Amino acid sequence: MTLAEKILAAHADQAKVRPGEFIRAQVDLVMAEDLTAGIAIDQFKNMGGKRVFDPSKVVMVADHFVPTKDVAAAEAIKKIRTFAREQGIHYYEIGPESGIEHVILPENGLVLPGDLVVGADSHTCTYGALGAFATGIGSTDAAAVMATGEIWLKVPPTISFVYKGKLPFWVGGKDLILFTIGKIGVDGALYAVMEFRGPVVKTLSMDDRFTMANMAVEAGAKTGLFAVDEQTVEYAEARAQRPFEVYPADYEQDYKSHYEFDVSDLEPQVALPHSPANVVPISQVDNIAIDQVVIGSCTNGRLGDLRLAAKVLQGRTVMQGVRCIIIPGSQKVFLEALQEGLIEIFLRAGAAVNTPTCGPCVGGHCGILAAGERCVSTTNRNFIGRMGSPHAEIFLTNPAVAAASAVAGRLVHPGEVTSTC
Amino acid sequence: MLIKGTVHKFGANIDTDAIIPAKYANISDPAELGKHCLENADAGFATRVTNGDILMATTNFGCGSSREIAAWSIKGTGISCVVAISFARIFFRNAINIGLPLLECPAAVEATASGDVLEIDLAKGSIRNLNRNLTFQAAAYPDFIMELISTGGLVPYVRSRLTTE
Repeated sequence: MTLAEKILAAHADQAKVRPGEFIRAQVDLVMAEDLTAGIAIDQFKNMGGKRVFDPSKVVMVADHFVPTKDVAAAEAIKKIRTFAREQGIHYYEIGPESGIEHVILPENGLVLPGDLVVGADSHTCTYGALGAFATGIGSTDAAAVMATGEIWLKVPPTISFVYKGKLPFWVGGKDLILFTIGKIGVDGALYAVMEFRGPVVKTLSMDDRFTMANMAVEAGAKTGLFAVDEQTVEYAEARAQRPFEVYPADYEQDYKSHYEFDVSDLEPQVALPHSPANVVPISQVDNIAIDQVVIGSCTNGRLGDLRLAAKVLQGRTVMQGVRCIIIPGSQKVFLEALQEGLIEIFLRAGAAVNTPTCGPCVGGHCGILAAGERCVSTTNRNFIGRMGSPHAEIFLTNPAVAAASAVAGRLVHPGEVTSTC
Repeated sequence: MLIKGTVHKFGANIDTDAIIPAKYANISDPAELGKHCLENADAGFATRVTNGDILMATTNFGCGSSREIAAWSIKGTGISCVVAISFARIFFRNAINIGLPLLECPAAVEATASGDVLEIDLAKGSIRNLNRNLTFQAAAYPDFIMELISTGGLVPYVRSRLTTE
């Protein structure tokens, strides 16, 4: 069995599971956010639910429309907050442990290796970086899990992605995943698990791994997974309040298919409008003037991402006429960035620094685009209308490319504005 | 369960932002959501749908967000069924869970154009194109999902479990 199959079998109380099999599995955590929790609460009540199955295993995060952006959002979030208090479940909105769901759940030790996690948010697959089987579901599914503690799942096949070589400077996890989605397409891993492997993967930071697992859903995958190594254990042990299980990766024959990439010559990648699979290397992007840059989100709003942006922005200024919006992924990330001096670098460069939110990524608030505008963003989707006007264009890149583009006023390689290449 | 309706056909990778933009995320009434269904992809779509009509797309329909309001908004227009070559997996679950039938049938999609009238027998998975006098067979639902559909979706399914336990 593959890593995914081992985790699913354990949670279905079965010795073995096979791809295509339907199982009923016990979950370790169910999550919903402010766009999805409202319907989940309604459906929980429609199901006759009175108390959630285990308050310690249910979490709700208000992060898309916070700080509440209008009266409708305030009313919607008030309903979630009230339910969370009544049920005694984990709830995050404002406070020292708050932020974007997929940044704070691992950060606060709520997700651990070997877990089965479902969340009413498609980027729940982020937690695969920790060696957890984590997948996005809808509100009615989340309601059923809140009521019963279990979910029906079809066991997915696993596709192996092996990365070999040595990553060039300015090239990281975001480039690996954009490159991969560009190769296989937005439905290249439909209904499957993407397992990221190989010597390059072992050298990636946890932040880079979170970025890669996060975007597995953009290739249609059920989840993206990394085997647990020493770095994962160290990360988890520093945050865990409960024991966790490490499943070994020893199953070469059980993959559905294999991809192998040598990434030694990989350039920073750019997803052009309007698909995360419309990917080209930065050298093929010529003279595209931009109006806005967004650095943040559940994809690239972690400390490592902000450090990269600061490396580019230190001592430089954002091109006049370009709006550069930087959003730390959590209050903890914000505080650490402040203590490291990164926030001062951003402010001196002329960037706007915002409190944690998913606002711009989802076209909610804090950076909505007008018709005809172009934005370079470290977020995960560049669909038509994603960030506001359906007549705007979004280019997805890593944080260093985004920061360099803010300085140049057009899409550029970080080497073009810094002395480091 | 027999469905008969006119087809509205779309292409590949129709994402959840195209189906219902996030600015409507605070709406939970299906009829109200239905008024904005697919407005970014095809302005005026919702006004052209007649109750019972059939939505058709090619590959990876419903990719993107997990937001269930995408499935609710389609239901809210009065669309009776979505036929596609393939669906994104979260959208597939969401639609089944709220009782919006989906069928995967590449041959039917390839041979059908907007404006054609289809007759669908959900239990059998058979699709008849009345304009072209062609019949197609969609992949059958697994037993597990048929049980969910016959119970009326996930809400009554869980409700009956909670009462019996």
